[in-house]
Amino acid sequence: MLLSVLSGFILAASLPLIGKYLKEKWAILFSLLPLSLFIYFLSFQPDISDDKNLLFSYNWVPSIGVDFNFHLDGLSLLFTLLITGIGSLVFIYTAAYLKGHPYLDRFYGYLAMFMSSMLGLVLSDNIITLFIFWELTSISSFFLIGFNNDSEASRKSSLLALGVTGFGGLFLLAGMVVLGYVGGSYSILELMNATDLIQSHPLFVSILVLVFIGAFTKSAQFPFHFWLPGAMKAPTPVSTYLHSATMVKAGIYLLARFTPVLGAHEYWNSTLIIVGCITMVYAGIHAIFRLDLKGILAYSTISALGILVFLIGLGTDDALLAAAVFILVHALYKATLFLVTGIIDHETGTRDVSKLSGLNKVMLPVGIAAGLAALSNAGIPPSFGFVGKDLIYEATLHIGDWAYLLTGAAVITNICLLFAGFLAGFKPFLGKLPVTYENVHLPSPLLYVPPLILASLGILFGILPLLVDDSLIKPVVAAMLNTSSDFFHLQLWHGWSTVLLLSSITIGGGVGLYFILNPSEGLLTKATRFEPISPLSITGKITGLFHGISQGYTSVIQNGYLRYYVITILVFLSFLLGYKIFQGIDLYLNVATLSEITIYEVIVLGIMAVSIVYTVFTKSRLVAVASMGVIGYCICLVFLFYSAPDLAMTQFSIDTLTVILFVLVLYNLPKYLKLSDTGSRVRDGLLALIFGGLISLLTLEVLNEPLEREISAYYAETAYKLAKGKNVVNVILVDFRGSDTMVEIIVLAIAAIGVFSLLKLRLKSIEKE
Amino acid sequence: MSNPYIILPVIFQLFTAILLMFFWTKKNSQKLISIICSLITLGISIWLITIVLLQGIHVTQAGGWEAPFGITFVADPLSTLMILLTSISGLAVSIFSTGSVRNARIKFGYFPIFHFLLMGLNGAFLAGDIFNLYVWFEIIIISSFVLITLGGEKAQLEGSIKYVTMNLLASVVFLTAIAILYGLTGSLNMADLSIRVANIENRGLVNVTAILFFVGFGIKSAVFPLHFWLPASYHTPPPAISAIFGGLLTKVGVYALLRVFTLIFIPDDFMTDVITWVAIMTILTGCLGALVQNNIRKIFSYLIVGHIGYMIAGLGMYTEAALVGTIFYLIHDIIVKTNLFMVTGVIFKLKGTYSMRNLGGFYKTYPKLSLLMAVPIFSLVGIPPLSGFWAKVFWIESGFITENYLLVFVLVFGSFLTLVTMAKLWAEVVWKDGDALPMKINVKYFWELKPIKRVAMIVPIVLLSMVSLYIGFGAEHIISISRLIGSQLIDTTPYIEAVLGPLNAEVI
Repeated sequence: MLLSVLSGFILAASLPLIGKYLKEKWAILFSLLPLSLFIYFLSFQPDISDDKNLLFSYNWVPSIGVDFNFHLDGLSLLFTLLITGIGSLVFIYTAAYLKGHPYLDRFYGYLAMFMSSMLGLVLSDNIITLFIFWELTSISSFFLIGFNNDSEASRKSSLLALGVTGFGGLFLLAGMVVLGYVGGSYSILELMNATDLIQSHPLFVSILVLVFIGAFTKSAQFPFHFWLPGAMKAPTPVSTYLHSATMVKAGIYLLARFTPVLGAHEYWNSTLIIVGCITMVYAGIHAIFRLDLKGILAYSTISALGILVFLIGLGTDDALLAAAVFILVHALYKATLFLVTGIIDHETGTRDVSKLSGLNKVMLPVGIAAGLAALSNAGIPPSFGFVGKDLIYEATLHIGDWAYLLTGAAVITNICLLFAGFLAGFKPFLGKLPVTYENVHLPSPLLYVPPLILASLGILFGILPLLVDDSLIKPVVAAMLNTSSDFFHLQLWHGWSTVLLLSSITIGGGVGLYFILNPSEGLLTKATRFEPISPLSITGKITGLFHGISQGYTSVIQNGYLRYYVITILVFLSFLLGYKIFQGIDLYLNVATLSEITIYEVIVLGIMAVSIVYTVFTKSRLVAVASMGVIGYCICLVFLFYSAPDLAMTQFSIDTLTVILFVLVLYNLPKYLKLSDTGSRVRDGLLALIFGGLISLLTLEVLNEPLEREISAYYAETAYKLAKGKNVVNVILVDFRGSDTMVEIIVLAIAAIGVFSLLKLRLKSIEKE
Repeated sequence: MSNPYIILPVIFQLFTAILLMFFWTKKNSQKLISIICSLITLGISIWLITIVLLQGIHVTQAGGWEAPFGITFVADPLSTLMILLTSISGLAVSIFSTGSVRNARIKFGYFPIFHFLLMGLNGAFLAGDIFNLYVWFEIIIISSFVLITLGGEKAQLEGSIKYVTMNLLASVVFLTAIAILYGLTGSLNMADLSIRVANIENRGLVNVTAILFFVGFGIKSAVFPLHFWLPASYHTPPPAISAIFGGLLTKVGVYALLRVFTLIFIPDDFMTDVITWVAIMTILTGCLGALVQNNIRKIFSYLIVGHIGYMIAGLGMYTEAALVGTIFYLIHDIIVKTNLFMVTGVIFKLKGTYSMRNLGGFYKTYPKLSLLMAVPIFSLVGIPPLSGFWAKVFWIESGFITENYLLVFVLVFGSFLTLVTMAKLWAEVVWKDGDALPMKINVKYFWELKPIKRVAMIVPIVLLSMVSLYIGFGAEHIISISRLIGSQLIDTTPYIEAVLGPLNAEVI
């Protein structure tokens, strides 16, 4: 199982080696991978319909409970079959669609990577592993949307898509981690047993919000839907596979998967119903006004995803059943329509629906596939779509309070969807063939057989719902309800009922609309008048604003002036110190412990004070250096007073040396220039006073503390006895703490090299980089 | 356990640097020596971490003066891990330097200083004495300052002035902090300090001292609002130097923060609040800054700042799990940032510019290189399961447990900004069709280099990318080491006992 999930990554990783041999003529061989996976997963079907839960566990990072635990139940089986089944057809289709493309091997690499990530996503029982695969689908989608990397629009769309899904993904990560923390496990199976605990936890709302953001961004729900139409910049096989049949359903999968854990809660239901409802109606209406076939399909996909979210939100047995069926229905017809669009684009060079007609005359099999898919999409008997639509109405009608409103929304959505399906499925093929397209001919069977297969399945399952009833749909519903489900049988004919009436209204309304409304530039322009208030443009504006703010913020913070940097650091430090000193310490000065002040000290202090004033206010560098030297000597005197002649000597020599060096260096420099104004000098002076004052205060407070003499006593004691030295300071420097001294000597050596290179090394202009 | 050989990573680097100086103008011998010695150091550090993990903490007392009277060096899991990472990055950059650093610089002591810098880093990690730590910081500052100015170009000097001024300021603050701490406790040995500081009754004074340490190390680790030197300087020196800086310099600050704030000062509520807010602002400042840059080296410089914020966040939450996350991220970050700066070096050698607007066409012209670049770039973003991902699981969980919701949000938002920035970089540099750029006369282009030099620039990137992949996919091993370190950061008794001998109950 692990191998089968990861096989796509293995294939992708081996491409740099084998890719170039395959991409010329044998690209079709790539489809063996999804095909064999399809058969492999199909072989589990009998177990699943026997209500078995198959669990495959492989250790990965057991110490934090993140492992490959693949759980195969009805829900994941349906998705694996969709992923590998549609995957096989898309792989085959691609071989012809991108024939001779120089980067065909990379394309298959990304597709294979995506397929594996998607399989991992739907099979993982571990929510962190699930998230990992989730992100990998976003990344593969990024690479696939940007596949035409020369085009700026492609790059922008892929960034947008990654931005939105990545944003959601990170929230989802947070959601998963919290869920794991609250529920005490990363395993969905175990979380299902902790539903009460989770739903009563104060963090439950946070979990919901985080999971919703993840699911809504991925499944293109309002107001995060806007990345999906842009994602149609990707080559058509990608749109088919990722952005209609599988990846965008990851959010749906997530919601379905978590229904037994988070579902059946007021917030869960109402949020999903509202968001799903808005999305399905909003996108459905949008779909009507598009001219680009892919645009139409993109919006109708968003609308369909809205329906699914809505159904999961309703959460009743009926609704979940309807959702399960609709996932399959939608995958079959929408993938067909996308593939057909790809063929049209490939052969005629346009996707503008107002220019296309009569293509049946030149590519009949394609037309048949499109027609069948449009039938299923419209929910016209005997298609599988009809079964699906009935179930949706069944679900909305029995919801209680809001039944009329919600059913109405569903009817409107379905009318729009039907219209969109007809536009994509019938419009290009019926009517008169324009002269320009007379030379168009039927493409390779590799292109039209895959949509034909999908479309026929859409009809076959309608006529014989038995084929998928027990085997596929029931286990899905069972997985979502976390019980066995025997309350239904799929059937085409339900007898005369309200549902049938609604279906008829839908079909009648949609077909009527199809004849009345003719897609044209004019309509599109009218629709785009609302563009400035659409989530896409609002997001664009927010992004722009955000970028501007970041720019402003960065240029204020990183302003390039060293003096402001130093000021900021000192202000920050002084603020923290000041706060802590005045808030956390009882300030007092224990005068009794201080020794008496002698006249010598007063004099020395006076000299120091005068020197400091001189250093600060003098206009000559030499005077400043000399005054600093005086301060240094005064410190030596202080050391002397407190019986530390060794320290005094050391300080004395250092000070002398420093002053001499400084004088030598400064001698050649010009006179002081006054570069700063008085205001900034006062400011700097104040800051210096505050900072110095705080440090002095701190030092005084430290003096109040009892002195710990253990270590210095040890030094005094053993300096002669053990270290054989009479000057304790020297012994400390060269023996007790000899390592410090050695390292400081190295510091000097390095500095010497630095000075040498600064003075001597002049890079010739050709050597600079 | 007493073991004088733990000091080998320091001594051997010192030996290498001195040896190199004897070959002052012989560039080929220098290159060879540098690579061989880096390999040997790597061997030493692997040996060191192995014995520490197997046998426990090793200690040596310099000059045989018993702790706390002499200077102690301690090899515990955290320090040996840091040394191992330094050696890996050091080896990579050493190889990279042989290909990318111009001869003129090599003839003016590039390699000796480089190894002095590594010596300083290793010393800082091993130091068990707070003043000794300061001394190693001096080595790091002076050698990095020399490296940053080496060549004396105007941009370099401008950057280096900012660099050295603020880092010296950090040293002054650090030194003041040490002086005050010595006044309070009369000791410099870190294990000894741990006990003594805990016994001081005037907690207010302890907390103020802690602030001084925080700011001193904070400047080193480039946290907001102390980070200015980093974006001002990291893009100026040659890429090899940026690589070692980007990988290791700020991390030694983080190391010091981790060490001091777990061993000596246990942060009070005020301190954790300060650290948390600093972390939040650091993440935002770094990631927002990266978002608006055009120079790819500046992008990565700002991201260093942002990601330092992550690590500090772990300290701010102050739970064992959060610290484990910080350790994990530290491991990831050292490798990936070193690598990315080397990548920018290769990009520059190919195109002659760091400007994202002008770059492009890598996907078409250099597909294999693009693939290679993808590893560090997407590891940095933390696309799961690559190496930047795992730490976030720890932080997010700790964030919710400690109810630091804002911090969690900012962490997530910072990751998002990193994602966007890197995706943009990918689209601009790799996907976009590049303009034909005018050839610059002062650039030695990649194809003009000898084959061996080209290999020397690519091999280290491959090497570090493989390490990054290992960190991501072999997360189990990295997590178990991080866990061990995390637990020893919370319970410091093993460290203290290793230095001072078994404690009797009353002292604790």
